[in-house]
Amino acid sequence: MFSIDWSIVQQSLPLLAQGAVVTLKITITAVALGMALGTLLAVARISVYAPLRWLSASYVNCFRSIPLVMVLLWFYLIVPQFLSSFLDLSPQTDIRLVSAVVAFTAFEAAYYAEIIRAGMRSVSGGQYSAALALGMTKSQTLVYVILPQAFRVMTPLLLTQGMILFQDTSLVYIIGLADFFRTASNIGKTTGYEIDMVLLAGSGYFVVCFCVSAAVTMVKKRLKL
Amino acid sequence: MQAANWNWGIFFEQAPFGNVTYFSWLVDGFLTTAALSICAWILAFLLGSFFGILRTLPNKILSTIGALYVTIFRNIPLIVQFFIWYLAAPDLLPYKASVWFKSELDPNIQFFIISTCALGFFTGARVCEQVRSGIQALSHGQRYAALALGLTLPQTYRHVLLPNAYRIIIPPLTSEMLNMVKNSAVASTVGLIELTAQANRLLEFSGYAYESFIAVTAAYALLNFAVMRSMKVLENKMRLPSMNAGGKNV
Repeated sequence: MFSIDWSIVQQSLPLLAQGAVVTLKITITAVALGMALGTLLAVARISVYAPLRWLSASYVNCFRSIPLVMVLLWFYLIVPQFLSSFLDLSPQTDIRLVSAVVAFTAFEAAYYAEIIRAGMRSVSGGQYSAALALGMTKSQTLVYVILPQAFRVMTPLLLTQGMILFQDTSLVYIIGLADFFRTASNIGKTTGYEIDMVLLAGSGYFVVCFCVSAAVTMVKKRLKL
Repeated sequence: MQAANWNWGIFFEQAPFGNVTYFSWLVDGFLTTAALSICAWILAFLLGSFFGILRTLPNKILSTIGALYVTIFRNIPLIVQFFIWYLAAPDLLPYKASVWFKSELDPNIQFFIISTCALGFFTGARVCEQVRSGIQALSHGQRYAALALGLTLPQTYRHVLLPNAYRIIIPPLTSEMLNMVKNSAVASTVGLIELTAQANRLLEFSGYAYESFIAVTAAYALLNFAVMRSMKVLENKMRLPSMNAGGKNV
């Protein structure tokens, strides 16, 4: 144990890099789309229209009460046909990647919505009234006054959530998508160095997350939060 | 997505093996997930409390050990941790114990123990952070007052700091517990037949995808609901008459 043949690692570097690209693709798309959808959900949550509020609240509660593994399986096993016809995908596209991205986006949106909602609450109500009194419309108030301040306060939390998402992407293992972890584990299985490859993958994630954590601490200091 | 022909009766039909219905598969999965959650929570609570207390001690070395634990277990994805426990941990046991564990112990119990450790250590790091922030949220005066009254440091923790800190952190601990119940689904990757694994089995053998997945999802919701209710009861029971919302100015 722990006596890995480094030439194997060297040979599998291109494969590992491919896996890392898949991991990053999912992470970045899901963070961007999830944050956009999350903002919409958070805004809907404070809407004057009750049905919108209920819709947003039930979306968030629903996704927050299901395990991510189940969400991934739902999207992979149950709705791929629906997805491919809905998004009009050609048969060549990797349905696993698409369903993983959609699943992560839908799932993370619920968590981002909660973070953004909390951030919007931290902006004092007086500012909202002041902006309205200045003659801004509601949407102008939201876009120019509330959201910019809310996002400033939330930056560390959003980054941390991004890091959690980055870690969670390794769960695509269960739908057989070859991300960084799955690739490492597969190489390990075929070469007989499974423990070493899994440990290697773990340290890869560790380094990235450790750096992001350090960055979060720095951002917090910079923003004087 | 056609909402096809629902057939909830499927759960009362005979499963392909064992003289049981599909419903009992569901119940089995539910009980396994519940048992795993309870065992892992006990482990996580003990580890989290221990390292959380370490992090608040005046000793530099001890607090660094606490920080190290959190750093390691929070920065590695859960599924990777499951695999490391699964692949490496049994080999770290003494030779005889390792052989017994791997070849003589019922595989289901093996997977259960491995999953408990993986989930417990992972969640422990989160609990540790909550315990630390709970202790640090108390005003410094409490620690100084207790020490000035002649209590030793362990006594200060036992009788003054911890009782207050734990009361404050019941709500965040509840949400960690809910997260843990959800994270327990990862245990299906190392072979434990819990709820998620049962969902796959149900799908595979019964062929009723929607019914199986809706039932399992509902089972998770039920478990989470039970956790929330019981923590609410606990919180009300533990509340001190002098404690208002924050608990800071006791």
